[in-house]
Amino acid sequence: MILVLAEDDPVALEALTFARRLGEVEAIAFDDVDLDGYATRVHRVRVDGYAPVAWAQAIVELAPEVVVAGGTDRGHEVLAHAAARLDAPLAANVVDVRVDGDVFHLTRQRWGGSLLEEARLSGSPKLLTVAPHAVAAEPAIDTPAAVEEFAPSLSDEHLAVRVARREEPPAGTVQLDKARVVVGGGRGVGSAEGFAILEELASLLGGAVGGSRVVTNLGWRPHSDQVGQTGARIAPDIYIACGVSGAIQHWVGCKGAKRILAINTDKDAPLVAKADYAVIGDLHEVVAAIVAELRAAR
Amino acid sequence: MNTLVCIKRVPETGARISLTADAQEIDTTFLGFTISPHEECAVEEAVRIGGRATVLTLGPRAAEEQLRNALAMGIESAILLETDGGDWGPEATAASIAESVRERGFDLLLFGNEAADTGGYQVGVRVAHALGLPCVTGVKGLEVGDGGVVARREAGGGWEVFELPLPAVVSVKEGINLPRYPSLPGRLKAKKAPIETVAVSPRPSRLEKVRLVVPQEAPSSVEILGDGAGAAPRVVEVLREIGVVAS
Ligand SMILES: Cc1cc2nc3c(=O)[nH]c(=O)nc-3n(C[C@H](O)[C@H](O)[C@H](O)COP(=O)(O)OP(=O)(O)OC[C@H]3O[C@@H](n4cnc5c(N)ncnc54)[C@H](O)[C@@H]3O)c2cc1C
Ligand SMILES: Nc1ncnc2c1ncn2[C@@H]1O[C@H](COP(=O)(O)O)[C@@H](O)[C@H]1O
Repeated sequence: MILVLAEDDPVALEALTFARRLGEVEAIAFDDVDLDGYATRVHRVRVDGYAPVAWAQAIVELAPEVVVAGGTDRGHEVLAHAAARLDAPLAANVVDVRVDGDVFHLTRQRWGGSLLEEARLSGSPKLLTVAPHAVAAEPAIDTPAAVEEFAPSLSDEHLAVRVARREEPPAGTVQLDKARVVVGGGRGVGSAEGFAILEELASLLGGAVGGSRVVTNLGWRPHSDQVGQTGARIAPDIYIACGVSGAIQHWVGCKGAKRILAINTDKDAPLVAKADYAVIGDLHEVVAAIVAELRAAR
Repeated sequence: MNTLVCIKRVPETGARISLTADAQEIDTTFLGFTISPHEECAVEEAVRIGGRATVLTLGPRAAEEQLRNALAMGIESAILLETDGGDWGPEATAASIAESVRERGFDLLLFGNEAADTGGYQVGVRVAHALGLPCVTGVKGLEVGDGGVVARREAGGGWEVFELPLPAVVSVKEGINLPRYPSLPGRLKAKKAPIETVAVSPRPSRLEKVRLVVPQEAPSSVEILGDGAGAAPRVVEVLREIGVVAS
């Protein structure tokens, strides 16, 4: 059986689409998710709240040959637990797979996607997560998914670690990874105060402020603003990157933007070369002029 | 508190990656080495928690550099599980770490959420399973209390909160704290500190690297909108075209 962990997340549909390359797909779901078109059979498990070991145990009890999940926080966590329990190998953030008898020849992301690794995955069972946005979700099955309740035998051991409570964000917060416009600042901004003009531009465009690791490390911005390998992956209509050089660890976080405008004093900065638009100059002057122009046009 | 932090030596890549001729490794001829930002934060967290803290890495002799950097930040002792240099893969790495720390009585074992280079997302969880300890990953807030920890992680714009008894394994993400810079006296002390070295030998891996590939980026052609403040009208025009300014 090829079993896909179907989280309540669009990435799960990508994982289901990807898993069809391996054969007929069944899903395991811990939430009410509509999987018509994506799976023939859904094993619906009821666990009160997110409990990673309990989710993994349910997967283990279904005795799959292959387990697939989306490359999300929960996908990685649950599959790591399942792999440990099954004493099986796990390949994270796979972007391509070819089956060759008992071996999977796969391509996976290293360095947050800056580098790819071709690898062989052997042994049985096999587990893998699919890198977000490696494939587009596409339904392919005409019959509705048959949903069956599945009750794994869970003990206190499986439920010891679970979400005790949730805390919601303050209302009106623009989430960086959902923003349509992101105004990003790097070392070139020069100080925490230097971000005031970037804030102003972001608010005029209804967007969010982001930054490089340098600015979060210097304490100019909170880490929640960081774009990159160890920060947020953004996908706005435009990313306006001010005084950001474009190191690969930053690039993997912003390359999902539809368009990039780089503002940099250095015309040879890597991000200028990779951007769609660039303005060469001091970001403080350029951003102030853009803000003035936008205000004048109102 | 008796805390362990696990770190991994990786090349410090910059604007682009070049590979060795056989495509097996990153060409490090002109590169320095570092650890993942997540692991830097794990080291800082261990120092902040206080008590006795130990840093451990599985890697080549050269990884002493990364252990000493952690000692300079305020970690008390260091363990090197010395290999002949090749990457072991997450299963073998976890098995070796678990075996080496089993009898050492750590209350809290800190890991990075994922290694910077191989990004396996599993060593911490596998070690927890091998030692029979509770575990939570992706942690960006940690409070250590009497016999337990409260761990917070980001989820859907808000936070999920977990409560775990000690001993426990926690994998952290960058942002949990702001790591300090090592002090000069810290560096001097770390230079001379003893490092406990244990030779370990590899086990077969079921996830085997065949070769590395630098991904092809679609060739881009940048349009220079102008120089300095004079470019602003053209920038606003472009923003209108894209539809992010009400016209
Ligand atoms: C494992 C690992 C993970 C990492 N994760 C991340 C991550 O998630 N996100 C991230 O961003 N980085 C990450 N990094 C760090 C990354 O390698 C770079 O160090 C960082 O992105 C550089 O930030 P920067 O562009 O702000 O600074 P710099 O590289 O110093 O660039 C500053 C730029 O500003 C320009 N400039 C200076 N003054 C002005 C001015 N007045 N006007 C206009 N332009 C000006 C300069 O020409 C230059 O291009 C990671 C590194 C490692 C090793
Ligand atoms: N060779 C190693 N030595 C010590 N710790 C490691 C090693 N490899 C991985 N780790 C730890 O396990 C975490 C997750 O690694 P991974 O599962 O490989 O992505 C890392 O952030 C480290 O904390």
